[in-house]
Amino acid sequence: MATATFEPRIVAFFCNWCTYTASDLAGTARMAYEPNAPVVRVMCSGRVDPQFVLKALQEGADGVLVGGCHPGDCHYQEGNYTALRRFRLLKRVLTQLGVEDERVRLEWISASEGDRVQHVVDEMTAQLRTLGPFQQVRS
Amino acid sequence: MNTINLTINGIEVEAEDRTPLLAIADRIGVKIPTLCHHPLVEAYGVCRICIVEVHMRNRVRLVTACNYPATNGIEVLTDTPRVRRNRKMILEWFLSRCGHVPILNALAAEYGITEPRFGRGDDTCILCGLCVRVCSDVVGANVLGFFNRGTTRYVGTPYDEPSDACIACTACAQVCPTGCITIDDEAELVRGELPLGPMTPIYIPTMQAVPHQPVIDHDSCIHFKTDGCRVCASVCEPKAIDHGQQDRHEEIQVGSIIVATGFQPVDANKVPQYGYGRYPNVFTALQVEHMVNASGPTNGQALLKDGSKPKAVGIIHCVGSRDKNTHEYCSRVCCMYSLKLAHLVHERSDAKIYNFYIDMRAAGKGYEEFYNHLLEEGCEFIRGRVAEVSDWAVTPLEQGKLVIRVEDTLAGFVRRIPVDMVILSTGLEAREDAAEVRRLFNISCSSDGWFLERHPKLAPVSTFTDGVFIAGCAQGPKDIPDTVAQAGAAAAEAMALIDKGHVELEAYTAWIDEERCSGCQVCVPLCPFSAIQFNKDKKVSQLNEALCKGCGTCVAACPSLVAQQHHFTDAQIMAEIEGVLVS
Repeated sequence: MATATFEPRIVAFFCNWCTYTASDLAGTARMAYEPNAPVVRVMCSGRVDPQFVLKALQEGADGVLVGGCHPGDCHYQEGNYTALRRFRLLKRVLTQLGVEDERVRLEWISASEGDRVQHVVDEMTAQLRTLGPFQQVRS
Repeated sequence: MNTINLTINGIEVEAEDRTPLLAIADRIGVKIPTLCHHPLVEAYGVCRICIVEVHMRNRVRLVTACNYPATNGIEVLTDTPRVRRNRKMILEWFLSRCGHVPILNALAAEYGITEPRFGRGDDTCILCGLCVRVCSDVVGANVLGFFNRGTTRYVGTPYDEPSDACIACTACAQVCPTGCITIDDEAELVRGELPLGPMTPIYIPTMQAVPHQPVIDHDSCIHFKTDGCRVCASVCEPKAIDHGQQDRHEEIQVGSIIVATGFQPVDANKVPQYGYGRYPNVFTALQVEHMVNASGPTNGQALLKDGSKPKAVGIIHCVGSRDKNTHEYCSRVCCMYSLKLAHLVHERSDAKIYNFYIDMRAAGKGYEEFYNHLLEEGCEFIRGRVAEVSDWAVTPLEQGKLVIRVEDTLAGFVRRIPVDMVILSTGLEAREDAAEVRRLFNISCSSDGWFLERHPKLAPVSTFTDGVFIAGCAQGPKDIPDTVAQAGAAAAEAMALIDKGHVELEAYTAWIDEERCSGCQVCVPLCPFSAIQFNKDKKVSQLNEALCKGCGTCVAACPSLVAQQHHFTDAQIMAEIEGVLVS
């Protein structure tokens, strides 16, 4: 069912200080990457409420990418650890609901890693392309 | 201490009781000859040349001025016929042992000795023991001592072997009155090691050091080796030297911080094909810089390891820069400092200079003109990355030389150029501990390790942490004018922050709707800035907006959705999610 023309839609939540800056860097460095992941900027990956991920999937996203600072580098000291804890929990729920592992992803990308943003978005888009559209879980 | 009165050669003097006569005479300008005396060593009175006449209560005595303590009412005469006669006799005895020592002959001439009655001996040591006393009392190394007795007495080291305890401080040679101790000049060795650090244990770190004060190097200072010496402390009039000082950690409250931790040069060993460390005449630019400095170890000459002047010098650019194996970036300063060294070495040794470059990057005020000047001076510029430096000679011309093998990309063929000296223009890299410093200030590093500015154009000296600014090579390779300009900008930014007198809070702080707060306290431990407190009376969480930095972690955690963040409310983000998914 995956077709060559299927373009997955990814919602990316990027933290303002690291991953968002990195995507900015990727832009200024003219690193082209797949346009499938529009970015929702948050101040910290700790702001990413699990509900946002669920909401995105519910609204028709095929994947969700959360980007934060590397452990120990959080601008707010420990927001990314909170994000990690929530993500682990959310992942267990999503797995039980039958959401494939590749669809929701957490990445640590520092402000200087523009190439990593490029790599992660390209990789995730390619994976979701093979995986196909997200079939919503119905009650 | 009591004050006493005495006369020296008829001059009335006031002095502290029991001050040695020599010190008092010195103060009023009366000259008394000395041999075994040195101000740093306790007076010994062994050479007897400082004898003077002391008149005291109808008694006349000859005493040694260096260690005779002055008492009240004495009359001292330093140049009577009796004193002169005795000194003359002492000198004649000295000459009978050491007949050809300049200082003794000068004194002999002063006392009218033309031909000493007891002949002239060939020794040079007068056995004054000054070296022995300096070695044990001042330096504390205890290497020198007297051996044998009577006429066979001599000064030496145990078993006449070179002593392991000797720290080569050369103090003995410096105090020896007759100059009979010489130090084997190991200039060869010194040049071989090319000390890049200070040449003495006490030095001012750099010409521009702030504060501009000397420091003592703990590792090379004699005092910290033998617990002796302290000569510096005894000659320092304001008594500013304290060897007992310990490292102190001080906490200083500041309003803003400028991180200007600089760079380190790329280790030339990382580029092994250029033979650094294998061939003695392959130098880094910093070593040559040290040599061409007028106050350096070679007095401003760029010399080979054997001390001779080079006839041909090759300068290899981009060592550790613009290279996938080391650093891909351009270090910016190497082109210009290489040209400077080319000019200086050519000027001082008249050597033929070859520059091996990839691109000549002389961007800057007056830089291109300097490059043109060097072209006119007759410097050779060969465009191409050097393949290797070796001592493998193919032709007789290359015998005993270092051969630089390079593809001349302008001429289009591979060349072998024999030179005497190779200078590696090593690039700049981030300091080893940059990652630690970065973590300390919660700022970011680029992938090369340089500290990251908040914005390359709009906030070039700010960082992601408020109140922390960066300047200089810590931010990236740059030359001195750029560094100074950036430092000025960072200082101005820091001042502006302090001068304002108030801190602007972020606009996107969180808030808690107290009316609807259930008081579950989930948010309280989550806040890393302790901005949320639980109000026990009202049974609600309360948020201090002055402390809140606006991360929104509490907002994401609130189960009753009453914690919200300005500009990032749940509703706003939900709407944004819907927005990005509209296709």
